[in-house]
Amino acid sequence: MTPLVLVAEDNFQAPGPSIFDFPPLYDGAPAWLTKPVVFALIGAILVCALAWSAFANPKLVPRGMQNIGEMGYQFVRDQVARPFLGKDAERWMPMLLSMFFLILLWNLFGVVPLIQIPVPSHIAFAIVFAVTVYVIKIYLGIKHQGLGGYFKNMMFPPGLPKPIYILLSPLELVSNLILAPFTHAVRLFANMFAGHMILAFFSAVGFWFLFEKLTPLGSGLGVVGVIMAIVMTGFEMFIQFLQAFLFTLLAAMYIGGSLHPEH
Amino acid sequence: MTLAATVLAAEGAENPLIPHAYELVVGSFAFLVVFIVVGKILTPRIQKTLAERTEAIEGGIKKAEDAQAEAQRTLEQYRAQLAEARQEAARLREEAREQGAQIKAELREEAQAEARRIVEAAHTQIEADRQQALAQLRNEIGRLSTELASRIVGESLEDEARQRRIVDRFLDEIEARPEAVR
Repeated sequence: MTPLVLVAEDNFQAPGPSIFDFPPLYDGAPAWLTKPVVFALIGAILVCALAWSAFANPKLVPRGMQNIGEMGYQFVRDQVARPFLGKDAERWMPMLLSMFFLILLWNLFGVVPLIQIPVPSHIAFAIVFAVTVYVIKIYLGIKHQGLGGYFKNMMFPPGLPKPIYILLSPLELVSNLILAPFTHAVRLFANMFAGHMILAFFSAVGFWFLFEKLTPLGSGLGVVGVIMAIVMTGFEMFIQFLQAFLFTLLAAMYIGGSLHPEH
Repeated sequence: MTLAATVLAAEGAENPLIPHAYELVVGSFAFLVVFIVVGKILTPRIQKTLAERTEAIEGGIKKAEDAQAEAQRTLEQYRAQLAEARQEAARLREEAREQGAQIKAELREEAQAEARRIVEAAHTQIEADRQQALAQLRNEIGRLSTELASRIVGESLEDEARQRRIVDRFLDEIEARPEAVR
């Protein structure tokens, strides 16, 4: 299904960024109805369904899906929420857990056969989360520290020699208000984008040299491509998990920073 | 589809950093749905369950601690009772020993008194015997003296040597008598 870039030529062409461009699902479909959109929605429904089967009727002694769900819950709570939010952790768990589960599943779509597209490899999906966190961060910062206090804490962290602030304050301002949300979104997007590109590349090598143009010389290269595709799929699963974790971690860090400024 | 992709590729890929507006909308919608279902409906449930579990475990621990404390209390009670019993036994032993000693002392005193009584009785008996013997002796001596005197007078008092012989013989006779008084 993945539109490999197999142009009708004799030379192998590596897949480029155009593999992320999807046309509408069928002729005459609305322009927005593309594969990533469909799987974004399926992913959301799947997350809801899985979470429902785990948490809808939780038991004191967990069984089956509840065990798995609790593992996810406790992972987010103990590794993400509590270190950055302390006693506010429970209050922010709904958002962090939803975010983690949804991003994780969307990422994992990248290695599911036939789906094979990590949804956040389209930057819009990463931007949705990053903007949400950004808005919450600014709102909470101003609410808890006051408008002046928020910017003062952000730009003038205490305990530094005065001349340093000339350099540090503009940097902190730009870093917090512009770079942070940007990198927050781009980190997730770029990892998924690059990971998908790598998988597509090795798959294309294998497919090209073993099926399209099978030659004695090229077959070795094709085998290497297949092996690498398998190895990188495993690696990609790790990255997909890691990025979901990291994104949620940074979200908790930003929120925690707004709630309790460093003194 | 592959054809369409190829066409797109030929036109040049879209800039991946420019978000599609419709994907922003769909992404926001998806996140909102997940947030409502997972975050707002399901997370409080599991939080409640986890809190209840913590409570249950803590309750169990508390119960176990109570049971242990109870056992400890009972043990101490038993120990106290045991110590009391030991003390009681020691006291009884001490009492018995004292009584034993007392009884022994009494018995000894009685025995001594009895011994003294026996010794006194013996003394009295001996004294009586002696008195009797003395009286008897006195009678005997008178009789013997009379006998001796009659012998001396009977024999002619010829010479001193004879007299001495007579006396010696008499004394020998006396000695030879079984009833001689020593």
